[in-house]
Order: sequence, then structure tokens, then C-alpha cells
Amino acid sequence: MTDITKNPVVLSAQGLIKRFGGITATNNVTLNLHQGARHALIGPNGAGKTTLINLLTGVLPPTEGRITLEGEDISTLPPHLRVRRGMVRTFQINQLFDSMTPRETLALVVSQQRGLGGKWWQALGAQPEVNRRCEELLEQFHLSSVMHQTTNVMAYGKRRLLEIAIALACEPRVLLLDEPVAGVPAGEREELLQTVAALPSDVSILLIEHDMDLVFSFANRMTVLVNGTVLTEGTPDQIANDPQVKEVYLGHGEGAQHG
Amino acid sequence: MLTLLFDGIAYGMLLFILAVGLAVTMGLMNFINLAHGAFAMAGGYITVLLMQRAGVPFLACLPLAFLGSALLGAVLERTLYRPLYNKPHLDQVLFSIGLTFMAVAATDYFIGSSQQIIQLPEWLKGRTELGEGAWMLGMGHYRLFIIAVCAALTVALQYVLTKTRFGSRLRASVDDQRVAAGLGINVNIVFLATFAVGSGLAGLGGALGAEVLGLDPTFPLKFMIYFLIVVAVGGTSSITGPLLAALLLGVADVAGKYYIPKLGGFIVYSLMIAILIWRPQGLFVRQGGKS
Amino acid sequence: MKVPVRWAWWEAVLWIALLASPLVFRERALLINEIAIVALFAVSLDLILGFTGIVSLGHAAFFGMGAYAAALFAKLVMPDPLVGLLVAIGVSTLLGAVCSMTIIRGSDLTRLMVTLGVGLILAELANKLDWLTGGADGLQGVIMGPLLGRFEFDLYGQTSALYSLLVLFLLFVLARHLVNSPFGATLKAIRDNRLRAMAIGIPVTQRIALVYTIAAGMAGAAGGLLAQTSGFASLDVFEFHRSADVMLVLVVGGTGWLYGGVAGALVFTLLQNFISSITPQYWTFWIGLFLVVLVQVGRERLLRPWTWWSVLRSGGSK
Repeated sequence: MTDITKNPVVLSAQGLIKRFGGITATNNVTLNLHQGARHALIGPNGAGKTTLINLLTGVLPPTEGRITLEGEDISTLPPHLRVRRGMVRTFQINQLFDSMTPRETLALVVSQQRGLGGKWWQALGAQPEVNRRCEELLEQFHLSSVMHQTTNVMAYGKRRLLEIAIALACEPRVLLLDEPVAGVPAGEREELLQTVAALPSDVSILLIEHDMDLVFSFANRMTVLVNGTVLTEGTPDQIANDPQVKEVYLGHGEGAQHG
Repeated sequence: MLTLLFDGIAYGMLLFILAVGLAVTMGLMNFINLAHGAFAMAGGYITVLLMQRAGVPFLACLPLAFLGSALLGAVLERTLYRPLYNKPHLDQVLFSIGLTFMAVAATDYFIGSSQQIIQLPEWLKGRTELGEGAWMLGMGHYRLFIIAVCAALTVALQYVLTKTRFGSRLRASVDDQRVAAGLGINVNIVFLATFAVGSGLAGLGGALGAEVLGLDPTFPLKFMIYFLIVVAVGGTSSITGPLLAALLLGVADVAGKYYIPKLGGFIVYSLMIAILIWRPQGLFVRQGGKS
Repeated sequence: MKVPVRWAWWEAVLWIALLASPLVFRERALLINEIAIVALFAVSLDLILGFTGIVSLGHAAFFGMGAYAAALFAKLVMPDPLVGLLVAIGVSTLLGAVCSMTIIRGSDLTRLMVTLGVGLILAELANKLDWLTGGADGLQGVIMGPLLGRFEFDLYGQTSALYSLLVLFLLFVLARHLVNSPFGATLKAIRDNRLRAMAIGIPVTQRIALVYTIAAGMAGAAGGLLAQTSGFASLDVFEFHRSADVMLVLVVGGTGWLYGGVAGALVFTLLQNFISSITPQYWTFWIGLFLVVLVQVGRERLLRPWTWWSVLRSGGSK
């Protein structure tokens, strides 16, 4: 496996600390995401993985520490501007627009992404470029069959696909996936996994997942987070053989499934 | 000036008792209940009617006002409020405004729109004065009585919340309903009891406040904003927050109306907006806590 | 129900019917005028409530501002109605821009409070600044000049009704355009899921402030029309009842499809006039009862009355 750390760093968290009252949810975390990486973030439940994503995306302000995206310090940048700079995330629990159809949702996201989000004098769907990109995405995520259904009546698996499709429609350069296959029935996981695996290699991905099969087949770098602290980091082989990691996490049963 | 402070504190304590039920149910059920003032009004009118038509003495009316409003609250919670807990806030707002309109109109129709006068017993009339000149403290006996009753209730509330089993059940339910239910806490009963007590306290406040605040069918609408201020500024995660907010509001309102009568309620509303912009989760909520 | 993207035939029929109504129902011109004003007010609320999800109990602040601005302008500067209307819109838009900064942060409750507070402040101000506003007596004797220099506002109200309907139509078309655009889609996204809206790059705060400002201007237009067509402005334009009523109008007609404001205004105003012979107390009570029942049954069932009974029997909708 090529050493991904030879590639430039696209997203870097340095000394991130987050305290809530008396609790330190994130304790001096340093994490570097390299160009083209498939970087997995693993750890027991409650380790602070989602908190870290919230810090990186700007949903939570850090108590201390810095975040840089492609060299630019974004520590105080509001969330929507981070998205504009190419850092996009998905949510562990689907965060969708229930009253809109997949077609409308993706049209909205693509328009927003192309800088047309503020336009009020043209109807949504009047732009051929936007429409074309929408259709591409609907195809890619197998949503064409449900594209005119309102989101709140769609099946869970389709909703999850839409969740990821929305992130892709934002043309991310850095993609943060929070348990993308969580709650997806076994039969539909393959579909989703393949779509994630087919993402272009110039998109750098940070993935939170509990499904160890997926993690080991997908990742070329891993970070283990325990109680808000980085335990260790390395290639999947290194992690799999690290005795500390085995004790804390993998030791509870090889390929154990959580959540 | 000291007298103003005293009056402000009395007013504030009264507002606290009136609004504490709203704060707790808001924190517990996340339900925006704009009809809370109607329960206060009920307590006030129960007192007035009992005194005027049945000759019941004032002191005896107070627990009856509490019980009457509590009963009303319990019945309404079970029948009308409970189905609405998971509805969007807009629905809750519409519902509680509707309930308020009904209460206001019905009271106007059956009892009339004039101000109700309460005849206080002799021993509550009168005034004690300490000191002299600018530092004189003039304490109306009725306001002393209000402060005493409200302080006692506050202590009792704090005791119930922190030292009793019901209190810990309540706090657990406020923190996380699902976890509480998982621990075997009957969340429905907790809601019902809390709502009933909160309404009862409002009723008691309405009875106590009739002499000080006035009582007519528009009471719920007139004072709704004050209750909401106490809750919004004080937060819903404790009862000390609303207490401080109520005291602040009471003193600010009394002082404002005395020193700058032209601007009256303007000051209170502006202060409230300023506070809410600065600290949208409330003034007295601990950082990072659930509000 | 949604606003169609392309103009549907029924929309054309509806608007032609509305615009022709003062000519056909000449004796009812004043009533039609009232309906148009309420409809415009409700449509402006729909922009923030139905499309962006902001519950406001103080929308009357902008309505009232528009009314007093138009009245004062006619009295003190010039009686031309169109210029006056533009002034009313301008002033209330400005007020909306200022107030929009107050509703950005906070929960539903704090937003409710702040909007309520703003409404109350303006009511107080209008009351206390009686040298300007006429205080409790209101601003009387607002004489309007002829519309476009030719059409006099007479006691029969035909000019008024047509004027209000035309303003309603124009602003409605603007709003309709807005909600069908990408901008409108971002509003719906904010309403449905603010967190996700942020996560796809929508500047949520700015959008909310902007739509709030626009809605304020529209409400001000409605208020201005009221002052101009009735010849006076009184404190009740700021009352809480106004804010509550317009919310009810919108809810009855249906939120989120713009025509709800028009439909609701029609139903509400006609009912109110019909029942107005009975004392006002009854009206408040029945409105209250209606709201309670409506919410218990479920707002979406309003237009399917045959479903009400089963819901009431089973003790409320889930």
C-alpha cells in the first residue's frame, strides 16, 4: 500500500481541546488528513468522534487548538463558509429536508454550490447545467426511481443514500463521513459501500465507522480515539497489530460490530 | 428608593410564583404554553368569587385557589395538552392562544369585564416605616405577606426538587425523557403532577396578586409577556434562574415606572430583547447546559 | 399543497375573478378591500412562517408601522397614495432590517418573545408619542389624493378595493417568484433542517434576516393600504390581536403555499363580518375554540372535515 503520508496535508487539527463544563470531550487531538486519503477514525462509543467532526466543521467552537484547511487557518470560520471551501460532512442520523423531494433537494444543493443559491429571479430547475448534474447524482446514488417522492416517505436505505448524495453534490475536496452505513439493512450496504469506494481519489475522506470489515477494506490510514484522546495512528496493518488497540477496542471480539 | 426596592422585590417574588410553573413545564415538556396566565386568572377569580359570594375569608381562599387551578391544570393536561407534546411549536402557540382567548371571553361573559376588588383582611392592610428621608423603607404589610408566602414556597419548591424522590424523577425527566422512562419513571405522571402544581402555583399567584396587579378578564394577555420574560431570561434548567429573572424584572419594572413614567413598559421590553440577543439561552443558565 | 412553478390555469382564473370583484360586487367594495389587505398581510407572514419556519407573534409591528407611516406622510408631506405607499414600504422594510438582527439567535421561545416584545414596544411607543400619532384617539382625517392623479377615493370604495387588489397582486407575483427560485428553496431548507442547511453552505443567518426584512416591507404595504383606504390610523394596528389573527388566517388557509394567505383572508374576513352582529366577546371565544379544536385535530386535516370526528373520538391526533 502506498504511504499516504507522503501526500500533502489537506486538513489538519492541531492540539484541539473541547471542554463542556467539567467534561473534556476532546483532549489535545492532533490529526492530519492527507490528499487522497481514506482515513478511518475509530474508537469505542463515546470516544468523541462525532464531537471531533463537529469541531472540524465549525458546529462547535474549540476551547483551544487550531484547524487548517489546505493551509488556511479556518478555526474561526463559520460552518457554511467551511463548506464553501470544500469541506463537507454527512451526519450519523439522517439530516434531510423532509418536505422536499430528492430532485428538489439536489437541485437546491447544486444551485447553492454553483453560487446560484441567492438568485431569486429564476425558477429552481431553469438551469440546464444544474439539472444535468442533478440527474447524474440521482443516477449515481440509485435515487432516480424515487426522485419525485417527498423525503419523509422514502425508505430508510434511500434516505441514507440521499444523505450521502447531498454531501457529494457539494463537490467536496474533503469529505467527513459519520457512520455512513449506520442503520442501513445488510442488503443495501453493498450498494452504499460501492458508491463510497467509487469516489474520486482526489477527494480526501475521513470516515467514522464501527463496521470493521468496511474500515479495513476501505482505509489506508487509521486513527484510534479513546476518551477524546488519540491513542495511536498508523496504517491498518499497524493498527490491527497494535496491542494497545487490541486491548481497548478490537480485543472485545475480532470484527466486533457496534451501534 | 429603598421602598421601591422593597416593592420591586415583592412584585418579583409574586411574578416568580406565577411563572415558576411555566418555567418547569417548559423545561420538562418543551411546550410553549401561552395560556399559563389563564390559570393564574382562574385562581384570582376563584378567590374573588368565594370571598364575595360565599364570604370565605381571604386566607382560606389561597389554598382553595391553588387547588382549584391545580385541578383545572390536571384535567386540561390529561385531555388537551398531552396529545400536543410532540407537535411543532407553532401548533402549541396556536393552541394556547386559543385556550387563552376562550378563557378571556368566557370570563368576560360570565363575570363581566370590570376590575375585581379584593377586600383584604384588616391585619394585612397598613404599613410599617423604618428610617427616614431618602432612606426610608416603607413596607406595606400586604407586600410583606406576599414576600413571606412566596419565600416559603420557594424554599419548599427547592426542597422538593432536590431532596425528594419526586424531585429527582422530575429532574431526570427534564434531562432526558427517554432515559427517565427507561429507568422506570412514569413520565406521564410526572408531567401531570408537575403541570398541576405549576398551574396551582399560578392560581395562588393570581389570588395573591389580585390586589397588587389587578384582576380582570384581560389578565392572561396583559401578563403573558411578563411570565415569558421570566422563563426566557431565567432559563428552564433550574428554579433559581427564573427566581433571579423575576426579581430583576420586578425591580426594573417598578423602578422604571417610577423614575421614567413616560416610557413605562418600554424599558422592560427593551431590556428583555437586549438580554435575549446577548444570551439567547437565558441569563442565568450555566454554559453548556441544556436550556 | 404547493405553489405551482408555472402559472396554472386556476391561478389566472382566481386573479381575474379577484380583480373583477369590485366591479361586479359594487356594494361590497369595502369588504373586498378589507379582504385584500388581510390577504397581503397574511402572505407576508407566510414568507417567514410558512416558508422559513419562523414563528412570529409580533408581525403586526410592521403592519402598524406601515399604517402610521402612510398616514403621517399623507398628512404632513403629500397626499399622493402611491408615493405614500412606497414610503410605508420603505419605513417598514427598514424596521424589519433592524429587527431581523434580533431574531437570528435563540430558540423558538426566545424568538417568540423577541417578536412579541418588539410588537409591544411599538404599541407603547405609538401610545406614548401621542403628539405624533394621536395616541389613543388615533390619527384622524387622512385625506388621500387621487390615485394616479385621476381616480378619487370615494365613500363607495371601488377605487380602494381595486387599488388594494392591484397592490396585492403585484406583491404576490413578486413573492411567488421568490419562493420558486433557488433563494426560496434555501428558505425551505432552513425551515426543514437548519443544521443541514448550514452544512451545505447556505448562509442561514443572512437568509433569515433578508426574508424577514422583505416580509416586513410587505406587511408595511398592507398597513399602508389600510391607512390610505380608511382615512385613519389607530393604535389597534399594533395590538397583539392583529398578530394572532393574521397567524390564524394563514393557518386556516394553509402555510407554505402563498395562496393560503388569500384563502384564509377570504374565509376569515367573511366570517368575521357575518358574525360581527353578535357581540365581540363571542367572536373571541369561537376563534379560541376553533384554534383549540384545529390543533387537536391536526392542521393538515382542516381541509378534510370528514376526518375530524374519528380523530376527536380517539382523543386527539398523534
